Amino acid sequence: METQVKVDLTSFRMETRKWLEDNCPESMREKLTDPNQVYWGGRKAEFSNKDQKVWFEKMLEKKWIVPYWESKYGGGGLSLEQNNVLNQEMGRLGCRKPHINFGITMLGPAMLKFASEEQKLHYLPQISEAKIRWVQGYSEPNAGSDLANLQTKAEDKGDHFLVTGSKVWTSFGDKGDWIFCLVRTDSSSKHKGVSFLLIDMASEGVTTRPIKLISGNSPFTETFFDSVKVPKENLVGTLNEGWTIAKYLLTHERQMIGGIGDTDKKEYLRDEAIKVLGKNNDILSDTILRSKIAELEMNQEIFDLTIQRTMDEHKAGNSSGAASSFFKYYGTELSIQSEELRLSVNGFNASEWTSKESNNGLQARYFCRTKGHSIEGGTHEVQLNIIAKRILGLPSK
Amino acid sequence: MALIINEEQQMLKTSTKEFLDLKSPLSSLRDLRDNSYKTHDKDLWMEMVEMGWTALTVPEKYNGLNFGYVGLGQVLEEMGRKLTLSPIVSTVLLSSTLISFSKNEILKAKLFQEIMNGSKLVSLAHEEGVHHNPNMLNSLLSNKGEGYVLNGSKNFVIDGSVSDYIIVSSIDESGLNTMLALVDSKSDGISFNNKVHMDSRTYSDISFNNVKVEKSHLLSQGDDGDFILNKTFDIARVGLAAEMLGSIQEAFEMTMSYLKEREQFGVKIGSFQALQHRSAIMFGEIELCKSIVLKALQAIDSDDSNLAKLASLAKAKLGMTFKLVSNEAVQMHGGIGVTDDADVGFFLKRARVIQRTLGDSNYHLDRVAKMNNY
Repeated sequence: METQVKVDLTSFRMETRKWLEDNCPESMREKLTDPNQVYWGGRKAEFSNKDQKVWFEKMLEKKWIVPYWESKYGGGGLSLEQNNVLNQEMGRLGCRKPHINFGITMLGPAMLKFASEEQKLHYLPQISEAKIRWVQGYSEPNAGSDLANLQTKAEDKGDHFLVTGSKVWTSFGDKGDWIFCLVRTDSSSKHKGVSFLLIDMASEGVTTRPIKLISGNSPFTETFFDSVKVPKENLVGTLNEGWTIAKYLLTHERQMIGGIGDTDKKEYLRDEAIKVLGKNNDILSDTILRSKIAELEMNQEIFDLTIQRTMDEHKAGNSSGAASSFFKYYGTELSIQSEELRLSVNGFNASEWTSKESNNGLQARYFCRTKGHSIEGGTHEVQLNIIAKRILGLPSK
Repeated sequence: MALIINEEQQMLKTSTKEFLDLKSPLSSLRDLRDNSYKTHDKDLWMEMVEMGWTALTVPEKYNGLNFGYVGLGQVLEEMGRKLTLSPIVSTVLLSSTLISFSKNEILKAKLFQEIMNGSKLVSLAHEEGVHHNPNMLNSLLSNKGEGYVLNGSKNFVIDGSVSDYIIVSSIDESGLNTMLALVDSKSDGISFNNKVHMDSRTYSDISFNNVKVEKSHLLSQGDDGDFILNKTFDIARVGLAAEMLGSIQEAFEMTMSYLKEREQFGVKIGSFQALQHRSAIMFGEIELCKSIVLKALQAIDSDDSNLAKLASLAKAKLGMTFKLVSNEAVQMHGGIGVTDDADVGFFLKRARVIQRTLGDSNYHLDRVAKMNNY
């Protein structure tokens, strides 16, 4: 039995490898240098080049936009093992994801667990066909780390909710079609008065305003709701029980930010360092930097093994391993340290902000962007609080 | 291969834990230390032998259990939790492993049998300097026709003071080949200077002055000595990492318990965020440790060509984490942490010795960087 599964998996791997080699355009195997190089889909979507379109359409035809969802939801129906093989093979060639959408990485898992069958059949296929670009409405001006303090109000008006308030840190809010929102439906209880609502951003009264970051870019917006009418059937789960969904979804967001399941080709800082700094007697010429790179790369390699171990434990029915808070904390910490070291490696060139040679300050701007990694999706400090309390069982005051 | 242990390995781990809970609590280390630094409890060792721990990694062909290094790793991890004093590192992890690569079939069969039945203890004598160095070899094995003569000095020989045999690394007269010779510890020309270290364990300086070695007592043949020695070191580094993993977890858990019971300012000290965040960071580091140790143990059993790199990653990571956790364990225990009455100090003192055994974190990070061509 077990042998048969292995044989099937091996032939699946061979077929997948060949199919990817035949169908993934060369330019779609290059490392991403900008999130805009990915096809994000949605109503306003445009392909940035022909290869991107070809790659997306090939994968769509194969139902591999969300390969592991059931086919009735527009997925490819792959098993967890097959999906891992697909990820590994995509990683081997360096294939980019054909489409990225918060509907896949965040909303989808929450819908699968908490939505009605009718809602799943309505919303999930739109996600797996990239028709709707989803954004997230969680944080508010006074509800950041203390998320449950959110105040955006949804009043029951019989056949609809009337939503009033504002959200902040909406990733790509100006480009979204629909937003999944945490709203307050009962002000008498902090956690027990939150509901999970889906809102069409084309509705009257929804506006966004970009937030300019230290990187000079504006990947986030503020999102305003001015008496927006939202149909009752857009409520996911039970009224006032949205906090449970919110937390569940956050675990998926943390894994996404931590880089779990990325298929990008590995690029090593050491190779960049050798190129820029050169060697002395076969040793990187800056020996202090060398030891820092060696330590970082050790942790990167062992962190990857830890993701693998946790998935293997999960498959074996034992999920006692590390929690998503740990992955979010450690994964982002590694990317922050890596960009900090990359600045050291590239010296004067690293800080260029507008030159053509620096690709409009790609490195410097990305370094600035990583400073947000330890904040968004719950700060480092919030993650460490969660580990201390939930995993280690350390007492509250 | 899935990065989990199988049911049989889990059973071995559980039975080891139950056995050690009963027979070798942390207080055993204190008792042996206070009894003139005894190296180990001989009766307990014979019970370990009966449990099959000396046969775990020996192939079936030599009547061993062929259970593999993932299995031995579980035993070492549990022993690390109790800081158990036993000859398992010297006799099994180092010597039996080295013997397993020898082509001297007659000697191999004899030694495996003597190790498995507990009648002999064996140490490996290699180091000649202040730091671990596989390549520093000045001890000389001279060919005298009918046999050999060994001259040189070794230090930091684990359990050297109680072993029946010493496996000694040396070079031949050409200076090209690493030679591995088995020497009886009672031979003429051997002298021991036994030294107790911070971890209450005894390590020997041994000098060899015209010690006679029979041809049949060579474990290396031709030019295979270098390969055997380095392969042995890599496997033993992983084994030490497994032992450290147990010690790290025990020290961490002791500390978490203390944070939940000790009160100051009218609250449990574990409610302080300054301690919670440092605890959570340690938790994460320990998760990483578990992954690399298991990966490296599996690499031994599957004869993975990446073993050398994985062994260095394991030894480097566990060394750094044991340092972090043992320091924090003492600090978080406060005043009691620096008293001899508290057990937590034993972990600090063990950390500083095992960290350096077979190469410290600096050595191994440097080695990994060289393997990656920089």
